[in-house]
Amino acid sequence: MMTLLILAVLVLGLMVVFRLSRVADLTNELRGSRQEHITERTNWLQGRLMWLFGAVYLILFVWLPYAYSDVFLPTAASEQGVWIDNMYTYNWWLLGIVFFLTNIALFYFAGRYYHRDGKRAFWYPHNNKLEMVWTVVPTVVLVATIIYGIIVWNRITAAPAPGTMQVEVYSKQFDWTFRYAGKDGKLGATDYRLINAENPLGIVTRKALAARLAGLKEEAAKATADRDAQAHVLPEDLLKEKDKDVAHLNRMVERLLGLQALMEQDIKDNGDNSTYLHGADDKVTKEFHLPVDTDVELLFRSQDVIHSAYLPHLRAQMNTVPGMTTRINIKPTITTDSMRVITNNSEFDYILMCNKVCGISHYNMQSPLTVETSGAFKVWNIVLPVFEKPGAATAQVAEPAAGTKEESAAQTEPGTNK
Amino acid sequence: MSAVVHPQAADNSGHAHADLHQHKQSFVSKYIFSHDHKMISKQFLITAIVMAWVAMIMSIMFRLQIAYPGESFAFTHFFLGDKWAPNGVLSPSMFLGLVTIHGTIMLFFVLTGGLSGTFANLLIPLQIGARDMASGFLNMLSAWFFMAASVMMLSSLFVESGPAAGGWTVYPPLSVLPQAIPGSGTGMTLWLFSMVLFIIGSLMGSLNYIATVLNLRTKGMRMTRLPLTVWGLFLTAIVGVLAFPVLVSAVVLLIMDRMLGTSFYLSEIYIAGEALDNMGGSPILYEHLFWFLGHPEVYIVILPAFGISSEIISTMSRKPIFGYRAMIGSLMAISFMSFLVWAHHMFITGMNPFLGAVFSFTTMLIAVPSSIKVFNYITTLWRGNIIFSPAMLFSIGMVSTFIVGGLTGIIVANAALDIQVHDTYFVVAHFHMVMGVSAIFAMMAAVYHWFPRMYGRMMNTKLGYWHFWGTMIAAYGVFIPMHYVGIGGGPRRYYEYTEFPMFQGHFMDLNVMITVFACVGGLMQIIFTYNFFHSIWYGQKAVENPWHSNTLEWTAPVEHLHGNWPGPLPVVHRWPYDYSKPGKPDDFVPQTVPLEEGEEDEGN
Repeated sequence: MMTLLILAVLVLGLMVVFRLSRVADLTNELRGSRQEHITERTNWLQGRLMWLFGAVYLILFVWLPYAYSDVFLPTAASEQGVWIDNMYTYNWWLLGIVFFLTNIALFYFAGRYYHRDGKRAFWYPHNNKLEMVWTVVPTVVLVATIIYGIIVWNRITAAPAPGTMQVEVYSKQFDWTFRYAGKDGKLGATDYRLINAENPLGIVTRKALAARLAGLKEEAAKATADRDAQAHVLPEDLLKEKDKDVAHLNRMVERLLGLQALMEQDIKDNGDNSTYLHGADDKVTKEFHLPVDTDVELLFRSQDVIHSAYLPHLRAQMNTVPGMTTRINIKPTITTDSMRVITNNSEFDYILMCNKVCGISHYNMQSPLTVETSGAFKVWNIVLPVFEKPGAATAQVAEPAAGTKEESAAQTEPGTNK
Repeated sequence: MSAVVHPQAADNSGHAHADLHQHKQSFVSKYIFSHDHKMISKQFLITAIVMAWVAMIMSIMFRLQIAYPGESFAFTHFFLGDKWAPNGVLSPSMFLGLVTIHGTIMLFFVLTGGLSGTFANLLIPLQIGARDMASGFLNMLSAWFFMAASVMMLSSLFVESGPAAGGWTVYPPLSVLPQAIPGSGTGMTLWLFSMVLFIIGSLMGSLNYIATVLNLRTKGMRMTRLPLTVWGLFLTAIVGVLAFPVLVSAVVLLIMDRMLGTSFYLSEIYIAGEALDNMGGSPILYEHLFWFLGHPEVYIVILPAFGISSEIISTMSRKPIFGYRAMIGSLMAISFMSFLVWAHHMFITGMNPFLGAVFSFTTMLIAVPSSIKVFNYITTLWRGNIIFSPAMLFSIGMVSTFIVGGLTGIIVANAALDIQVHDTYFVVAHFHMVMGVSAIFAMMAAVYHWFPRMYGRMMNTKLGYWHFWGTMIAAYGVFIPMHYVGIGGGPRRYYEYTEFPMFQGHFMDLNVMITVFACVGGLMQIIFTYNFFHSIWYGQKAVENPWHSNTLEWTAPVEHLHGNWPGPLPVVHRWPYDYSKPGKPDDFVPQTVPLEEGEEDEGN
């Protein structure tokens, strides 16, 4: 009812405006005035409006970030973030000055030189010297700015020192999983065909591969038997579907056999250095912890579509792309606890969120990040279960602590509203 | 169709054949299968206005959801019904669909088809002194492909699984796998085929514009005497011809991945409990192909806007455009460099960081010609004699929004700074300012300015003032706060922010502010739409040269003729910007006026 009322008022209001303007038009037309003839008084008024708008605009432009300063992110919590923030400061000053000068000139001139009858504009078609100045000056300033930018960019993206701690961040619709190296300090090889409930990241070890192969062979055999049993009862198109399934499974088996051969060859060639031997002691977890003041190389993989790992407080972001591994360097410098003091917010958490549209629950694909002292990190890390206990029958994945955010996120059904 | 004057026959010796043989035309040949560039430009414009309304209503629906998550709106329910807006609350999948289609429609259908299509068709023949386009038939086809593409894009809104929903960039694998998002089903197929139709139409149009500008200029119309509008539209056409085919190739490969089981963009995907067969492809390949068009595309949008605003600012300041040659030079530099900057959209995709540094550098350099343009606009205003027609107001508005968008461009061009704001609302605010609002303002300016040329009547000036100031305030009210949402880390394409404690309080207040201004801005367009359609039939009858302009289109009679000029084609003697030239009685000297003895022509 209220909506209808508002709509009616709007429509009526607009109709009144249109009618009034029509009446005004008709009377003006009778007086011989024309739409394109804009009087000096109107020009004066529009010129003054330009001044008014320019002034209000610039004032609000300054007021807004001042009044809403708590929207901005708190101080950068990583070494790379500090470099980026410093460069932001430089850029904001530079752009701010240019912004004010150009806008003041634009609105001032517009209002100052409104049309006066009997006056003529100044004939000024070009001035090569002036144009040279405003070609060269921006070029020099921009080149300096970008050289600064590229220096920072190169520092951020440089190859990590050997022995840098590696952490894998793994994305899928719509949550994050993390993998830490075990005692050997190295992350093991992975393959997407090994993914199942026990092995969510598809870590390749001899045992995991053999188990997956056995499972697949069984599946393929079952599918073939199923197809043959129904061959003469099923309609042609359904049978074709079954054929496709069987072919797919057989292809998978074949490819895994290929992978097995590759793995054995690699182990033979590289011995203990083979990545296929590093996976067993990896730790897979739903919790994201990083030690403070330590260089870390984050490696990103994706299971299904492109996601983007965005850590706004650390000023870090990288897309996760299916079929390839992407990476960044990060050195957190402020622990979660210190940040709680800095932000004066006892519930503050660093947050990892997805920043590349990835599906219906994209808006809720998040995970908190805990940055802690290296002692606390070690204590947390050491009790995580390893992927394959020596001699143990099945692999293990650490369950997230009850009530963490990404768990509630994972349980949010797409389409529900709260 | 027999009345069409074939341009081949339209030479400068010019018999007065155009109006003498005006056949009585049927409705179909006059309004539907018209070969006449003026009619085709109207077809483009009206289609674009319809599409712009669709896209704008979409934006209001998703803005309402962002600012008031989970609240019921009769407005949303009215348009989307129970399926996509149960209880009046926009569903998350339709949210993504609306965001995607809003972007697609605005960028391609309004600001490419609508802006270039309308004004290249209207202005190129009239301003260069040609009887029509080089090929009237191709021109008609281009308009009809555009319309077929529009219909197909709109029809994707009505399919069972919803429209394409992976963002307007439709990155694979999301856009390939219906398992990943329902919108990647039939809706995506329609999106892809609609784009193919659109591109075919756009190419036919662009080739025609290039051929026309190069071959059909009237006597005396040297390239250095062309109005800047024609320069802008001409370079746009060249950029379009070089860039759009690459998008077709990207789209065709995507169609093959979707329908034929190829793996151009797919590799090692495990989805819906199944490991897919596809190996060896790369989504990064798609990103490169897409942005090789995608970046020039934003210049396809903004170059005509530059041309239009230059022309209007000069005419209405009664002052020659400052640095005509520098303006042409910077248009050319921007067109050329637009092909060297595409990967600045991909700094954090996992592309080699060395490329990031290279593309940062080229992107920063493209700011130089852009800044030259801004300085030249401002100098043109300086000591002018400015008549504030609605078109002039919108042109000044365009310069102002372009300054904001251009400056934030220097932030996002910097690879290291881009890490922080990539895919946040800062980027959304940046590109809406620099090419969305700027190009829309230029388009509005052009409609007000050339309406008498298109329809032989005047639009209402007072309503134009209300429209401008309302739109200007709303545009800044929407996009200035949006920068701060992005600097605060607010990601784009989020259905709601309720799950994040850091995105509450003032953050949501900013979002409410944006939405309120977006609604105001939408309402303002009612004024424009009323003014536009009312004036077509009831506006004041136009005179031949209402703005006292120098260019050739104002020497043709108000009444539309096939062939544009009743007698021989006009002959050009000077550049188009002799406004307030010392020693002349009037403050304008049309291009057709011969040079006096000893008079110097600035366009030489």
